[in-house]
Amino acid sequence: MTKRYALGIFEDEDVLLHAIENIRAAGVKIYDVFSPYPVHGIDDALGIERSRLPIAAFFYGLTGLSFALWMQIYMLGFDWPMIIGGKPHIALPAFIPVSFELTVFFTCHGMSFTFFLITSLYPRWKTKVMDVRATDDKFVMAIELDETSSQLPRLTQLLRDNGASEVNQKEMTE
Amino acid sequence: MQHISAVREPLVTGGKTYHDVTADICYQVEAKPNIRWMMAFGVALFFLGVFFYSVYRTLWYGIGEWGLNKTVGWAWDITNFVWWVGIGHAGTLISAVLLLFRQKWRSSINRAAEAMTIFAVICAAMFPVLHMGRPWMAFWVLPLQNTYGSLWANFNSPLLWDVFAISTYFSVSLVFWYIGLVPDFATIRDRAKGPIAKVAYSMLSLGWKGSAKAWSRYETVSLILAGVSTPLVLSVHTIVSMDFATSVVPGWHTTIFPPYFVAGAIFSGFAMVLTLMLITRVVFRLEDYITLEHIALMNKIMMITGSIVGVAYITEFFIAWYSQVEFEQYAFINRATGPYWWAYASMMTCNVITPQLVWFRRVRYSIPLTFILSIIVNIGMWFERFVIIVTSLHREYIPSGWVMFSPSIIDIGIYVGTLGLFFTLFLLFAKFFPVINMAEVKTILKYTVDNGPTYTGGHGHGHGHAPAHPVTPGVPASAPVTYNQHD
Repeated sequence: MTKRYALGIFEDEDVLLHAIENIRAAGVKIYDVFSPYPVHGIDDALGIERSRLPIAAFFYGLTGLSFALWMQIYMLGFDWPMIIGGKPHIALPAFIPVSFELTVFFTCHGMSFTFFLITSLYPRWKTKVMDVRATDDKFVMAIELDETSSQLPRLTQLLRDNGASEVNQKEMTE
Repeated sequence: MQHISAVREPLVTGGKTYHDVTADICYQVEAKPNIRWMMAFGVALFFLGVFFYSVYRTLWYGIGEWGLNKTVGWAWDITNFVWWVGIGHAGTLISAVLLLFRQKWRSSINRAAEAMTIFAVICAAMFPVLHMGRPWMAFWVLPLQNTYGSLWANFNSPLLWDVFAISTYFSVSLVFWYIGLVPDFATIRDRAKGPIAKVAYSMLSLGWKGSAKAWSRYETVSLILAGVSTPLVLSVHTIVSMDFATSVVPGWHTTIFPPYFVAGAIFSGFAMVLTLMLITRVVFRLEDYITLEHIALMNKIMMITGSIVGVAYITEFFIAWYSQVEFEQYAFINRATGPYWWAYASMMTCNVITPQLVWFRRVRYSIPLTFILSIIVNIGMWFERFVIIVTSLHREYIPSGWVMFSPSIIDIGIYVGTLGLFFTLFLLFAKFFPVINMAEVKTILKYTVDNGPTYTGGHGHGHGHAPAHPVTPGVPASAPVTYNQHD
């Protein structure tokens, strides 16, 4: 399916942030904004909700900790109890290092995997981008158009008025 | 966020625009390798050959090829292991701890420092695996049932903790580094011209487009990873030190080891970061990104951690006397005045006296002096591990077992070989990956360049050289550009 977008190209992050506020205030829905680096304040301007990844990270960590403790207590305490260095079978202080390491291991990899999954980051042969300069030095605001592109003249004017250095039209095939 | 001070030194000099950052950093990725890189790579490959030959001898003829004997059963292998792991720690310190402390200057050096961490841990891992004698049995360290029953791994052993610590450390560092690389790979992908480069960097960049939501999650992930990596890096060298501290060998059985090892690790790591950065900034002409200010700041961290190490050496000596344990006292007297006095003297000179020179501003800001200091510190930290390990073992409780240790040619070959392995990997990284985190440097540009990137592009308030070419709105980055700066 082909979709059309109006692309407003911005040169400066402060101009961009003001433009986002004004354009949203004018009742236009912004599809997405592409930038070469994380722009501070853009989440609030675009109304992006705070990510819940930290909550996921906490539960991954809890999983890691529980798994590590279960593994060590089961293996050395129940499955094949052994006296090592005169210590009790379940020598909890000695189990702390491995428990800590596995907590970190699960947190890191669980969270990274979730991040890749929800952001659809996976290796691909070819990447279609709105504008190649968005990873270099330009801030690209994309607004979805309808099939006839009837809003384009109005949007062009709106983007220009808010500091866009150029406005392009782009077709993307999904 | 950051306080913008009129007197603070800029973090990036040369009046760079966003596009200049892209062009400068992508330059060495896109250009043909230069002759200096080729020569360095040739030397690194030679030493990699030495590594493979020494490993072949070790595997074919066994551990007997090494200089170990019945009394000194651990020597250069564990020395090199601890040395390499320690070097790795500076990378995580820069990428995680300095991120949490909001030290913006880390942006220019974190990428290369993290790469150093990963390659150093790879080199470190070679030693315990080779010391197993039968590396194909390396999976025995994992908690797997054995063939005849359900005998599991011993979770009370610090050596097993090490397995978990090092593998967690390696994999977490790798993921942290890679997530940081994704947006920069996307930049290279969008500039790539050749078909192979296009596909390769498209694969590596995982389809990154720089959308606002992706950046928001990226920042959350970076912060949490920094949060978990900070205690991780402290735990790794703590556990390495417990390999020694939980034994009953005089000279090893001390509670000071964990903090002392962590400080030593960061100390040697920063020395190695300095060595690498001083070379990289010259070879790739990155003087505007890795400035004298960066070098001075790293020197200060080196001095602080070096001083902590110095205090630890003296404390150890005091505690040996204060403990009233004859064996402990002898171990320390023997270190300083016994047959290995020269190793102890090298350690004290290199690690305690040398870093104090950094108190002088002239030394801190001098490139040649910093370079020499960083090499001396690396030598000193190698001797520290040698002193701790060999002098404690060679004269233990029973005098009839007292021996001397000297390394075999294969010991030396493996050590020098890992340096070859390290530099081979580092040079490949420096050629094909962006050595500086472009996205992060762009975030600090506006606050640090004299006036910030101006938006019609162009006019840098140059300290000597103007930006390579003005940015003209409307000209796509894929248009042919010239790099005047690098001619």
